[in-house]
Amino acid sequence: MKVLVTVKRVIDYNVKVRVKSDNSDVDLNNVKMAMNPFCEIAVEEAVRLKEAGIATEVVAVSLGSKVCQEQLRTALALGADRAILVESDEILESLTVAKLLQKVVDDEKPGLVIMGKQAIDTDNNQTGQMLGALTGFPQGAFASDVKVDGDKVQVIREVDGGLQTVSLTLPAIVTSDLRLNEPRYASLPNIMKAKKKPLDIKTPADLGVEVKSHTRLVKVSPPAERKAGIKVASVEALVDKLKNEAKVI
Amino acid sequence: MAILVIAEHDNSELKPATLNTVAAAAQMGGDLHVLVAGAGCQSVADAAAKIQGVSQVLLAEDACYEHQLAENISLLINELGKDYTHIVAAATTSAKNFMPRVAALLDVAQISEIIRVESADTFDRPIYAGNAIATVQSLDSIKVITVRTTGFDAAAAEGGSATVRAVSMLHNAATSAFVGAEIAKSDRPELTSAQVIISGGRGMGNGENFALIEKVADKLGAAVGASRAAVDAGFVPNDMQVGQTGKIVAPDLYIAVGISGAIQHLAGMKDSKVIVAINKDEEAPIFQVADYGLVADLFEAVPQLEQQL
Ligand SMILES: Cc1cc2nc3c(=O)[nH]c(=O)nc-3n(C[C@H](O)[C@H](O)[C@H](O)COP(=O)(O)OP(=O)(O)OC[C@H]3O[C@@H](n4cnc5c(N)ncnc54)[C@H](O)[C@@H]3O)c2cc1C
Ligand SMILES: Nc1ncnc2c1ncn2[C@@H]1O[C@H](COP(=O)(O)O)[C@@H](O)[C@H]1O
Repeated sequence: MKVLVTVKRVIDYNVKVRVKSDNSDVDLNNVKMAMNPFCEIAVEEAVRLKEAGIATEVVAVSLGSKVCQEQLRTALALGADRAILVESDEILESLTVAKLLQKVVDDEKPGLVIMGKQAIDTDNNQTGQMLGALTGFPQGAFASDVKVDGDKVQVIREVDGGLQTVSLTLPAIVTSDLRLNEPRYASLPNIMKAKKKPLDIKTPADLGVEVKSHTRLVKVSPPAERKAGIKVASVEALVDKLKNEAKVI
Repeated sequence: MAILVIAEHDNSELKPATLNTVAAAAQMGGDLHVLVAGAGCQSVADAAAKIQGVSQVLLAEDACYEHQLAENISLLINELGKDYTHIVAAATTSAKNFMPRVAALLDVAQISEIIRVESADTFDRPIYAGNAIATVQSLDSIKVITVRTTGFDAAAAEGGSATVRAVSMLHNAATSAFVGAEIAKSDRPELTSAQVIISGGRGMGNGENFALIEKVADKLGAAVGASRAAVDAGFVPNDMQVGQTGKIVAPDLYIAVGISGAIQHLAGMKDSKVIVAINKDEEAPIFQVADYGLVADLFEAVPQLEQQL
């Protein structure tokens, strides 16, 4: 079974992003970029399926500008066999990403697509589910455990009340939650080897998808700042403040 | 034209998140309809019909909708949704699962987790873990929207008298099946609707020590939350995680115990009215958002707090 795994290039999760002074967007100049943490988890899961003899090939896909090749090389160093970049300098909204991925799925015919549950830049949490609708595949979103069994995959999902288990008929889509696994680090020899692994480049036009905008970004503003509070010296003082000043207890 | 709100429920009870969602939808302008899709959920439809401002409740009952499987529910909403200007649901794990499928089926964008309605087609939503607020205009004729419930006061649960109409549309994709669920049973209020929350982080050291926090929670009638580190370490279950990728909360009082205050955690709680931090490291970033900070060892401070309440 072939496994397709998606890899998004995003701002590093340690960086606190700032809004541009003209409120047109956030400022990504000279900001450290990295693989979306949920995609790292997705890649790890795919590689583990290969190590377990369940996946025969792991194909990593990224969509965006040329520099996304960096994150694809990382995926290759982590154990993916080959990579596909759908290259575009335009803003790719989730629905467009899903449409492009649908074409890649048509070409590659994977048994399983593993994606992140959420990109930490847009915080959209929707692309995997959209791909599910477009392909007609079932989905195990927010997965904390994935077990392939014949033509089915059993997925444990993190839901508001606890955990839910579903059984999906393959081909299916899984989106990773934080507890699915702990991603490994790429070793230096594997980083070197990754440079020689195949990386194909396609364009949205090659895939026959029109890049369309369904939304317009009107402005981006900084969030309301909390004003700095005070330090209290003791538990007594804290209880007193909560009772008599804040009046919340 | 009308707006379709998708009810959040467990087949027996309408969840409070629906009330905040109705309030958000009301700001978009239009007749408000609520869809209750499930199995044996007449009582939910009856409750939805009483919500102030709702004019019609659509009730779709079938075994294939019982567990809100995204594959089936999305097909149902896709069919119903074509007659609406907006399809709106609370940003719970259930709606986050099926709403993007609805959007893709309708060939429109989903605008996720809005916190404000600027106009019928323009909405504010946090991006980058809440470090920026994007104002987004939808260019689609049908707007598919999830609502961050903390951004909207609840609509009144009583006072309305909507008609309940049964819809008999059956959509069973038959590609997925519910196997089981482990749903935490607790007498405490739910995190997302609690007035007071006390959360523990890695500083708690282990799961047993959460008992210290629970005792305080009992006195305050509070819900108990946690940081990702506490969940990852296995101290407490995943449904307690507060943050960018966990639950978003905004209680009157949030007490963070042994939590450093990473941006991902702050993203889930910094809209709380009053924030208290108890941490032994005076440099911990949590103190930058805390109204009242106590630099102390939690193992001394928390039992004292419990005694003094
Ligand atoms: C993609 C992604 C998503 C994430 N999503 C979330 C999320 O939704 N929610 C979330 O919380 N995190 C999330 N995180 C993790 C986040 O970055 C932090 O790692 C996490 O919040 C840290 O948890 P913590 O504060 O409990 O642990 P730490 O950062 O280790 O802090 C522990 C604190 O406890 C204090 N302490 C220790 N012992 C005591 C004591 N005896 N008395 C008093 N204080 C003590 C220490 O001084 C320290 O400040 C996410 C990370 C990533 C990459
Ligand atoms: N441009 C992209 N390139 C690769 N993967 C993407 C892209 N956009 C979204 N994804 C995948 O979809 C997941 C969810 O993204 P989102 O719906 O934007 O939060 C991400 O974790 C990625 O795995």
